[in-house]
Amino acid sequence: MKSTPTLPGGTLRVVAFSLATCVLSACSLPEPWVKPYERERLADPLMKYQRDPLSAKDFEHAHDVREGARGGTGVQGGGCGCN
Amino acid sequence: MAATDVSPTERCRRALRRAQLRLLSLGGRGDGVRGTVALASAHLLGALSGLLATGDVNAADLPEDRVDVMLHSFNGGGVDAWGPAILIRKNILGKVSLLGTYYADIVSNASIDVVTTASPYHETRNEFGFGADYAVRDSVLTFLASRSTEPDYIANAFNFDVSTETFSGMTTVGLGYTYGSDDVGKKGEGFFDHATHYRYRLGVSQILTPTWLANANFEVVSDSGFLASPYRVALVFGAAVPERLPGTRTSRTLQFRLIGEVAPTLSVRGEYRYFWDTWDIHAQNFGVGAAYRMGEKWLLDGYARYYTQNGALYFTNNATSETQYVTRNRQLSPFSSWTAGAKVTYALTGVPGRYQVFLNGALEYWKTDYSEFTDLRTGNLYSYSAVLSQVFVTVIF
Amino acid sequence: MAVFALGVGATLAAITPSAGAPDFTLPSLDGPNLRLREQRGQVVMINFWATWCGPCRVEMPHLGRLYDKYRGSGFTVLAVNIDEDPHKAAQLARQLGMRFPVLLDTDKKVSRLYDLGTMPSTFLVDRDGRVRYVHRGYRDGYEDTYDRQIRELLRE
Repeated sequence: MKSTPTLPGGTLRVVAFSLATCVLSACSLPEPWVKPYERERLADPLMKYQRDPLSAKDFEHAHDVREGARGGTGVQGGGCGCN
Repeated sequence: MAATDVSPTERCRRALRRAQLRLLSLGGRGDGVRGTVALASAHLLGALSGLLATGDVNAADLPEDRVDVMLHSFNGGGVDAWGPAILIRKNILGKVSLLGTYYADIVSNASIDVVTTASPYHETRNEFGFGADYAVRDSVLTFLASRSTEPDYIANAFNFDVSTETFSGMTTVGLGYTYGSDDVGKKGEGFFDHATHYRYRLGVSQILTPTWLANANFEVVSDSGFLASPYRVALVFGAAVPERLPGTRTSRTLQFRLIGEVAPTLSVRGEYRYFWDTWDIHAQNFGVGAAYRMGEKWLLDGYARYYTQNGALYFTNNATSETQYVTRNRQLSPFSSWTAGAKVTYALTGVPGRYQVFLNGALEYWKTDYSEFTDLRTGNLYSYSAVLSQVFVTVIF
Repeated sequence: MAVFALGVGATLAAITPSAGAPDFTLPSLDGPNLRLREQRGQVVMINFWATWCGPCRVEMPHLGRLYDKYRGSGFTVLAVNIDEDPHKAAQLARQLGMRFPVLLDTDKKVSRLYDLGTMPSTFLVDRDGRVRYVHRGYRDGYEDTYDRQIRELLRE
């Protein structure tokens, strides 16, 4: 009779992992709480982090060239939720 | 009876459900580790498919058509750089948005490095970019190629990004990849080496309330090749030697942003970014800002930013030992920097046709203080202030 | 052990085809209130739109064309606007030359009643007041589908 192999860390680890994923799926994701017809404010240009791509590109280039850090700026969602 | 067929996210959700059911039956039969792992994976897939199940068919919006014409300038620290920049974006065929950009930097450089170790120079850098955004149901695919040329440096980059709306458009997930290939040269010697860059990025944007939006971005940058400057010298026991830097560098950046509308005419925003790399640089920046709509025609922006970094492992102002790598590049030294900026946008009225014209002016004031890098002429720690300005016209149609 | 959540979270439309279109009364841009029930006998296209919604603006001229084409045969369009500021709606309606009734749903009561899942949302209601076709969003080519479906409903 073969002995069942165990994961390193023992049963506790396995139970914790199953519990976590149980919670993840048992709390089935809520209904989207901001309806498409409530997104008027989000479509406002005031709500854009970078309204002007060319202006943002110029500032980002200037910072990049003079600082050690780079990257990390990216996706901007929100918007009107249309379609 | 929706008049549309199945979206990629819906297909993905159904595939995940099928995989989940298969894993569940496997979990039911299997024993010990395999069974538990199968069941746990099934639960995870269930959660994932829930995230994708929107019941609606969403389609992402392409960016709007626009033309920006700009004049920019940078003055400070002995550097005077100015130039024109243009951006043109036009939607063709309804599904594709084309982008063209041109950026020029006419530089007169008499910065601290140049003045103390070389002689001032003038040089022009030109950068062209061409891209296309393609909408496929609930995703936007973005391709962008750019080429920047200076007399002694050519940088080519190819970018590919995918941005998808999920969860009824409340969450936008973006994945991106960049490949960069540079030719490194030196005046009088021509191009003698290469540098290659890879960037991988993941971003999530989440609508929190009808007036608050948050996003998080993670980016890995990996460089290899000739990463030093052929002109820059380091000091070892007071003597100038060409700088020596490793042939590889990998960095990671994590950024968080929050933006919200606190009044119908006022929005506030904040950001935090943390950076760390294999040259032992750790950097952070904090930013806050606000945008205000005044009347029907004016938009005002104000913001402040604080940046701080510690030095790279190889940075030393004046080396007192012989090391394999050594650099005196102040960009890699410990320093902190304050920025305060403002932008004004004015909407022109009485424009015929379906055009919206905006006049813009932006200004940034910088103050940078180095904590180890010194001005060789005086022996004191170096610091400088600079002003960055932009004036541009935007036409949206 | 096999207690798992389906995690479906699918949003089922409150408005399913063959259900009666929920009745509503809304003020129109021209002034007088308009009631959906009074349109019985006509084929009605209820289109929910907003000035801040790009695809809505692209779709509008197509709806205008369909309105002109079929209004003589007993077809009408009710364009329900959900902007917070009705002045913006009036401005855009003038700009786009909208000839059909524009109704104002500023407090979003009718939007909630119709459980809008996307913007724009289009509902085709037959002469007996039943919802026959539901369209979520707008993409190139939808106007041809609308044309076909309107003709079908008019023939009944």
